Amino acid sequence: MAEPMLKIDNIDVYYGAIHALKGISLEVNEGEIVTLIGANGAGKSTTLRTISGLLKPKTGSITFLGQSIAGVRAHEIVKKGISQVPEGRRVFAEMTVMENLDLGAFVRKDKAGIQQDLKHVFELFPRLEERKNQSAGTLSGGEQQMLAMGRALMSRPKLLLLDEPSMGLAPLLIKEIFNIIVDINKSGTTVLLVEQNANMALSIANRAYVLETGRITLSGKAQDLAASEDVRKAYLGG
Amino acid sequence: MRPLTIWKELSMEVWHQVLQQLINGISLGSIYALIALGYTMIYGIIKLINFAHGDIYMVGAYIGFFAITQAHLSVVPALLISLVVTGFLGMLVERLAYKPLRHAPRISVLITAIGVSFFLEYTTMYFVSPTPRTFPAMFGDVAVTVGGIVINGQQMLILGITAVLMVILTYIVQKTKTGKAMRAASFDTETAELMGINSDRIISITFGIGSALAAVAGVLVGIYYNSIDPLMGIMPGLKAFVAAVLGGIGILPGAVVGGLILGVVEALVSGFISSTFRDAAAFAILILVLLVRPAGIFGKNTKEKV
Repeated sequence: MAEPMLKIDNIDVYYGAIHALKGISLEVNEGEIVTLIGANGAGKSTTLRTISGLLKPKTGSITFLGQSIAGVRAHEIVKKGISQVPEGRRVFAEMTVMENLDLGAFVRKDKAGIQQDLKHVFELFPRLEERKNQSAGTLSGGEQQMLAMGRALMSRPKLLLLDEPSMGLAPLLIKEIFNIIVDINKSGTTVLLVEQNANMALSIANRAYVLETGRITLSGKAQDLAASEDVRKAYLGG
Repeated sequence: MRPLTIWKELSMEVWHQVLQQLINGISLGSIYALIALGYTMIYGIIKLINFAHGDIYMVGAYIGFFAITQAHLSVVPALLISLVVTGFLGMLVERLAYKPLRHAPRISVLITAIGVSFFLEYTTMYFVSPTPRTFPAMFGDVAVTVGGIVINGQQMLILGITAVLMVILTYIVQKTKTGKAMRAASFDTETAELMGINSDRIISITFGIGSALAAVAGVLVGIYYNSIDPLMGIMPGLKAFVAAVLGGIGILPGAVVGGLILGVVEALVSGFISSTFRDAAAFAILILVLLVRPAGIFGKNTKEKV
């Protein structure tokens, strides 16, 4: 079997004195959609923030495409091919949609490739093209989510980390966003998705991990987890 | 005899004086604006009121002074040398004094800034002595008179150089990749990092640019008022801080407008009331702003978005 694209091995992460992740291990294979589900405060975002370099693991290792990336700073991680869509979108509200997308391609110099990816982003999110000269702060929540995703894609990541893309969106919009995540994955980007909306996440993922207070308590094929009695009770509302 | 004519002549005289003070005020205000820009840029990116900024301006004035008197350079090369050297000094200060405190509480960094301020003042004093130095007279004989209003050579120099720097700065901030990175990092440093922006590098560049602008202000003040000394940065540093707060701290056009307003108010107070009240007027403005519109002229009332 091929080496996993991303391999997290037994990491411990602290927020000051709080022990947020307690010996977590997980793997993402190339081409997969893997989801990390769990309640608020379980450590889902912390896991993503550690992968993208915003937090440093105290112990354990993170390997991406055979290279150790634990403790590498965030702006270096992007260059290695990991891009994160942060929780709460975090678009640059005072800048235009176009400037936000430009910043997504900050680490790149291949103008032709950037142009091509911009076209691709506008195909995925036609509304962004309509509003490209508008300042990002004037967009609706859904549009901001699209912008944050488009911005992350502009670095042409091999692995896309998505943190709660459904947060605060209407059900119809959530469906649209999730369809697009599947499209992004089909066009060759591996996806690690963190969600509280476990139903939606499990419906599009290949595999899933369940996180509870800093520990992984369950893992397996997404469809198996969706069928499991424990998961149904805890996360899928019966 | 004819009270109406006398009144007319009197009001002409007053009007004339107001215009003259406006010219003086805009010149002084340009200096404040140049210093305030650095304050506001640095605040924007690391939320630090850099109390050493006025002293950076002082060092810039000395470098310009030595470039003119010792190296016998003319104004523009002297300005350029001061701009470059002081820019690097600003980056060095950030690297040595502030970078190690990146994750420290803000009060620690603030106290460090005060320490850096004293360090720059008294190190300079040690090397150049506390005695004020006299800048050689320059452009003294150049003056333009427009409708009875005199604009002297130094004022033209200040206005010209400031205008050029504003254009360059606007270009850098709005159009270049580094400028976009600066805006992104000052809006949200963490997300900027996620874009691949090295925030340490951007912070360093911001200190460099801010210090370079202060250096130019220092040299221009030396030429305008002829005299420089190691403690000359204290008052203009505080005034530029007032200007930055008046315009809305963190906002670049705010610093410029705040600086100009402050300069004009000071000139009018000096001209029509007494120059003794000049500084009082500046700080009265600060108090008024803090009472009436704490976010400043261009500031938005930032409420947490849910």
